[in-house]
Amino acid sequence: MPTVAESLVADSSDALALAGERGVIARGLGRAYGDAAQNAGGTVVQLPGGRVGVRVDQARGVATAQAGVSLDEVLRVVVPKGWFVPVTPGTRFVTVGGAVAADIHGKNHHVDGTFGAHVESLALRLADGSLRTITPHADPGSDDHDLWIATVGGMGLTGVIEAVTFRLIPIETSRCEVLTERVPDLDRLIERIIATESSRYSVAWIDLLATGTSLGRAVLTTGDHATKDRLAELSPQAMTDPLAFAPRTLPDVPPGLPNLLNRFAVRAFNEVWYRKAPTHAITAESITGFFHPLDMIGSWNRAYGPAGFLQYQFVVPDGATDALRTVIERVTASGNASFLAVLKRFGAEGDCLLSFPKSGWTLTLDLPTGAAGIEALLRSLDELVLDAGGRHYLAKDAIANPATIAAGYPKLDRWREIRHRFDPDRRWQSDLGRRLDLIS
Amino acid sequence: MINAFHRPQTIVLLGGRSDIGRAIVTELASPQLRAVVVGQRDGGDPAALRSELALADDVDVVVEPFDATDHDGHRAWVARVVEQIGDLDVVVQAFGELGLGAADDPASAAALIDVNTVGAVSSGLAIGERLGKQGYGVLVVLSSVAGVRTRASNFVYGASKAGQDAFSTGLAARLAGSGARVLTVRPGFVRSAMTDGMEEAPFSCDPSDVAKAVTDGLRRRRSVVWVPGVLRYVFGLLSHAPEFVWRRLDR
Repeated sequence: MPTVAESLVADSSDALALAGERGVIARGLGRAYGDAAQNAGGTVVQLPGGRVGVRVDQARGVATAQAGVSLDEVLRVVVPKGWFVPVTPGTRFVTVGGAVAADIHGKNHHVDGTFGAHVESLALRLADGSLRTITPHADPGSDDHDLWIATVGGMGLTGVIEAVTFRLIPIETSRCEVLTERVPDLDRLIERIIATESSRYSVAWIDLLATGTSLGRAVLTTGDHATKDRLAELSPQAMTDPLAFAPRTLPDVPPGLPNLLNRFAVRAFNEVWYRKAPTHAITAESITGFFHPLDMIGSWNRAYGPAGFLQYQFVVPDGATDALRTVIERVTASGNASFLAVLKRFGAEGDCLLSFPKSGWTLTLDLPTGAAGIEALLRSLDELVLDAGGRHYLAKDAIANPATIAAGYPKLDRWREIRHRFDPDRRWQSDLGRRLDLIS
Repeated sequence: MINAFHRPQTIVLLGGRSDIGRAIVTELASPQLRAVVVGQRDGGDPAALRSELALADDVDVVVEPFDATDHDGHRAWVARVVEQIGDLDVVVQAFGELGLGAADDPASAAALIDVNTVGAVSSGLAIGERLGKQGYGVLVVLSSVAGVRTRASNFVYGASKAGQDAFSTGLAARLAGSGARVLTVRPGFVRSAMTDGMEEAPFSCDPSDVAKAVTDGLRRRRSVVWVPGVLRYVFGLLSHAPEFVWRRLDR
């Protein structure tokens, strides 16, 4: 009987040569919430990481990194030199290759767009074994341009990204100046997010257990990188080493726990967290504290117990705040404990064919998989989201069916055509690709 | 490919006339479902099956004649199914006979074992092979409490199920680590066409109860499911009861 076997190869073209009929997919740090980097019965290839894989052009503010390098490793190299990554998600433990393949977004999408928008070039291993350098500047309609718009956000299904060159953001300090506000309900939250949209970074954490007039009560944090002057005012002691970046991790949540995050635990947590947040305060926060709070606790997913959890993330267009309200009402009414609900504003859609963000509102929910009624709840939310003109994020998905994705991504057929053109023999395959019918 | 709610996109039903097997297909169906293959001896009509299984119009219903006793042909049968629908997400082994009167005739008894046990082993291995290559997928085997400890009233049937059960749990162990799994289902007395007219035993249930227990067991990644669940503890005790006690319980 076949079991999982590991082998060491020199590069991804060797992986291609070894692969059988179930193909190959590249895997970064496995932070996608579903089956994007899994390939049942097939081959999964991991590229090496390490800070040595990062080079910085200090004059131009551009970094080149091997695809297996994590954003954590990139930050450890670039922050002390006065730079920040253009886009970071809520965890720094994603690889640069993964950041491009999922075309990730962060708290600054409404200002800076996706990670892919800052990439100058990338090296891509194609199905025929060749390594091709592609950029966003190729002529529209050319092979290179088609490959670009299919690869950024293409979930690894056009080839293996081997290296990425991307622009950095200049920073004076490694702290952020953050405004934290308690907001009493959803309408007020939407107003405040729009009112603070000139802030580079913005994210709201919503208490999904608040009902009635408190529906949608939230803690909104907005901010930007702190200048030296502001840091000196807010946190003078930090000025001894303004570009310090040395994140700590607390111990891992131990394995073998039952689901700790039941309704009562979540209600208690949310109450304390909401009350603890200041009504209105400006502070200096570290990179980890502001961007990567979940990275502070290792293996936090274990707190959900053996059935685990799934994450549901969608976007609805700007005018669809009613749909947003209805989603929140339905989740709250279902009594399903969602520990983490995050609301962000998105700016304009990019060119890449399977890229998730488009102008509007994105809500992210963590839900325990084993809870009663979750499946029916999410099916009803799917309909609501699609009817409002929205769509779902492939990097988070573990439950959608092909029709839900086809409805949300009108450029899917064009993407499939390009993919097929460069990989007619289906060398690149993943469980996500099979489940969502992406590989024709 | 199966999703995080363990909803399959393809289902294969071996034993299309089994009420329990059909109930499982109906329960597992969802908007995810793309194709169902029904294997039964006399073929079957796809349109009629679609309506009897309560499947949506966009589900591909394929009939592939299946003979449990054609052991040599089981690998080819699996290959034909894969050719038509691609990867097998969930396969339900639901064929079997009660074999009333098997105890009175060696040839009938042997024929019963040939279907219920040998057929289960041969088709089970062919399927297990395919699921192992896929690196995922679940074989759901409809065993029975009748195999846990045999009774005079149906001991040949019980023996045939005991063989199937031991094979199925063994296959599960063999597939461990490959990503493919086996779920062994041990129902008590199920009210169905097969048991029509028989006196009900205690702790009886309906095919839909078995179907719900299977769906739940798939989601929780169980290896063995008893239906109703209390039978796990009932037989936990009864398996070790002295023979005279066990025989007193047999009607």
